[in-house]
Amino acid sequence: MSDWTPSALQVERARIAHAMRVRRAVLSTAVTVVVLGAALAVFLTSPGWPAFRGYFLSWSNFKGAFPSVSRGFWMNIRIFLVAEPCVLVLASLVAICRQSRSPWLAPLRIVAVIYTDLFRGVPSLLVIVLIGVGVPALELNGVTTSLFWLGTTALTLCYGAYVAEVLRAGILAVHPTQWSSAEALGLSRTQAMWRVIFPQAVRRAVPPLMNDLVSLQKDTALISVLGVWEAMRAASDWQGYHFNGTALFVAALYFLVVAVPLTRLTDWLMHRQIRREQGMA
Amino acid sequence: MSALLSVAGLRKSYGDRVVLHDISLSVEAHDVVCLIGSSGSGKSTLLRCLNRLEQIDDGVISYDGRDIADPRVDPRSVRRTMGMVFQAYNLFPHLSVIDNCTLAQTRVHRVAKGEARTRAQELLERFGLGDKATAYPDALSGGQQQRVALVRALCTRPRLLLLDEITAALDPELVGEVLEIVRAEAAAGMTMVLATHEMAFAREVATKVCFLEQGRILEQGPPAQLFGAPREQRTREFLSRVLS
Repeated sequence: MSDWTPSALQVERARIAHAMRVRRAVLSTAVTVVVLGAALAVFLTSPGWPAFRGYFLSWSNFKGAFPSVSRGFWMNIRIFLVAEPCVLVLASLVAICRQSRSPWLAPLRIVAVIYTDLFRGVPSLLVIVLIGVGVPALELNGVTTSLFWLGTTALTLCYGAYVAEVLRAGILAVHPTQWSSAEALGLSRTQAMWRVIFPQAVRRAVPPLMNDLVSLQKDTALISVLGVWEAMRAASDWQGYHFNGTALFVAALYFLVVAVPLTRLTDWLMHRQIRREQGMA
Repeated sequence: MSALLSVAGLRKSYGDRVVLHDISLSVEAHDVVCLIGSSGSGKSTLLRCLNRLEQIDDGVISYDGRDIADPRVDPRSVRRTMGMVFQAYNLFPHLSVIDNCTLAQTRVHRVAKGEARTRAQELLERFGLGDKATAYPDALSGGQQQRVALVRALCTRPRLLLLDEITAALDPELVGEVLEIVRAEAAAGMTMVLATHEMAFAREVATKVCFLEQGRILEQGPPAQLFGAPREQRTREFLSRVLS
């Protein structure tokens, strides 16, 4: 209908609505500037600021430590890239295992419960040390002594337990009528799980899942305790050698650079999903 | 007497799709206005525009002598006195029946907790739900849930009640128990605007019936006239389809 022209009243209303939007935008900008400014002022006027700046924000140290920390961070990325898919596969299997009713899987169910209880109960750092030091001490034939692989395995086991529980919560949150309608179509329980329930569960679990993913990315730094040369290790090495903490700052920046886009990406994926499922609403 | 609610020249579109054209409607106090028409004719959208769940593109919605389509009007101030019940009940599943009924009373209207519970319990009793106060919505039948939703809307003593096809999701045998409440409220003088597919009910309780077709009110008038001697060909066709 192109024969419609807004009435004078509507034009006036649109003008007022626009003015209200502008006012809100100005207000939110002003509030943001004031709050951030105040926080920054507290920081910059603190008595220890000059010393802090000298220790953590020294440009020459920044430049000096950058190559070594960069090389270290490449190791973090490799650990992450290996651990993340392993975590997802392990967690999916554990979660589905715990929800299955097949008698054949009964022993696996018990193993799955013990596994999640155990690895959620022990601090990741301890697991890494125990596996990284303990496994080589067993002197088993054919088992790697590479600290990279041992550390990554430990991290995978720790996060697998958490992510499994996230996925299981997602599975439980799918409405029981979905099971009924899948089974009414003649799908087996396994088919219903993989084709109908699990995809919906994952969708629901995306926010906490991404939370764990970002967390995993950061916790790759824990492997430094085994002596693996990654960003944290490289940074503290520089710190110990030059009595300057700027290297730690460089490492922190690296982790941020990866984590922030990752979380933005999640938000975007989630909103796209919501728009699709609710039809643009 | 000026109307409680009067709509003039209301237009609503989603992008290029215009869903309501030049709607004009007047609702006096104690009126029961029934909106009829096929699915997609704009009945629900019109109701949602009336309490500003949807923003309109043009026109005036005058409620209590105030143009509530004005962007400066806080929609919450409108909804304080305008109740709404949905087709899908939309009860809060994490709250018990009584808590569903006291939430708005205590949080929006600042009624004391005890008083709110008394009011809710009294209405629940009146509509045969006295023993369900502590139950959770998912444990109730559809008819019971929809009666709770009505009680929830009535608890805050609205001046105008919007009912959006409230029996459309119910089994035929449960429709009666829900309509019973609406009938009682109509008799007690509650002002209502309702979208409905229950023609017999519309004929019985309505003071005015509006037939919507492709986003326009094609015809409106007292039920006897609209059902007895419809003026428009399209109205006749619609009625013969739904009444046969």
